[in-house]
Amino acid sequence: MGPEAGKFIGAGLACLGMGLAGVGVGNIFGNFLSGALRNPSAADGQFARAFIGAALAEGLGIFSLVVALILLFVA
Amino acid sequence: MVVDPIHQFEIKRYTDLLNLGSVHFSFTNSALFMIAIVAFIFFFLTFATRGRTLVPGRAQSVAEMGYEFIAKMVRDSAGSEGMVFFPLVFSLFMFVLVANLLGLIPYTFTVTAHLIVTAALALLVIGTVIVYGFMRHGTHFLHLFVPSGVPAFLLPFLVVIEVISFLSRPISLSLRLFANMLAGHIALKVFAFFVVGLASAGFLGWFGAVLPFGMIVALTALELLVAVLQAYVFAVLTSIYLNDAVHPGH
Repeated sequence: MGPEAGKFIGAGLACLGMGLAGVGVGNIFGNFLSGALRNPSAADGQFARAFIGAALAEGLGIFSLVVALILLFVA
Repeated sequence: MVVDPIHQFEIKRYTDLLNLGSVHFSFTNSALFMIAIVAFIFFFLTFATRGRTLVPGRAQSVAEMGYEFIAKMVRDSAGSEGMVFFPLVFSLFMFVLVANLLGLIPYTFTVTAHLIVTAALALLVIGTVIVYGFMRHGTHFLHLFVPSGVPAFLLPFLVVIEVISFLSRPISLSLRLFANMLAGHIALKVFAFFVVGLASAGFLGWFGAVLPFGMIVALTALELLVAVLQAYVFAVLTSIYLNDAVHPGH
């Protein structure tokens, strides 16, 4: 197995992080929805906060995308 | 035709303005689109608020809604003292929003899909936080890195963590916008090549090509959401970071 193969394996492993970030974002919106259905009047005020949390969780997934892209095209 | 989903991000040099040794200052398609974005925002907002009426028309209500939306966001996250940064946040939001939406039109250039552009915007935000924080609060600004009510033996570790989290902000702010736009546009072009590849395969391929074409339509709708959402997220995070400059300390 040459170093080229290792790059592709590493890029594939980095994609795990993107999937797990998907779990995190789904967790945030799932919990937001269940909370919003319990108390719909308070939901609108927390909408921005849900998106901030989703953006922060998604950012970590994007880091692993960048790792994968660097492995594939730069390194 | 070369099948290359990265081709759309290529920088084309139109004219060289200034050459300093190995550094070239050129007028590129990126610069052209940035000027177009700023010109669009300028002329739209000028046109929309030209004949101000009490009951707004269509263009005026779009301009007013955008203004109110950002004003409420800045006031909610940075307080009324943070409203000094309203012009900055509004400009950043409009620039990123129009850049993202303009990039969705076929054959255009997506400015925000280049890391150098988003990094410049993020560094501008963090630079403003640092300069304004020190100008307004002096060394008290450093209390940002010292959480209160923490046991003394934990404090050194927490200060290090806070400093690292502060320094990673411009990285995550720029990478988020850049990678979202890059990944979305690459996905669109990959599906577009599926359509071309299947349709050129023959009669049966025409029917097969309908599937990726439907996928392009759905992805374009998703990208429209992502374009607006990322502009919003960029503006929200900007105003949260600016809140640290206005109110340091926990």
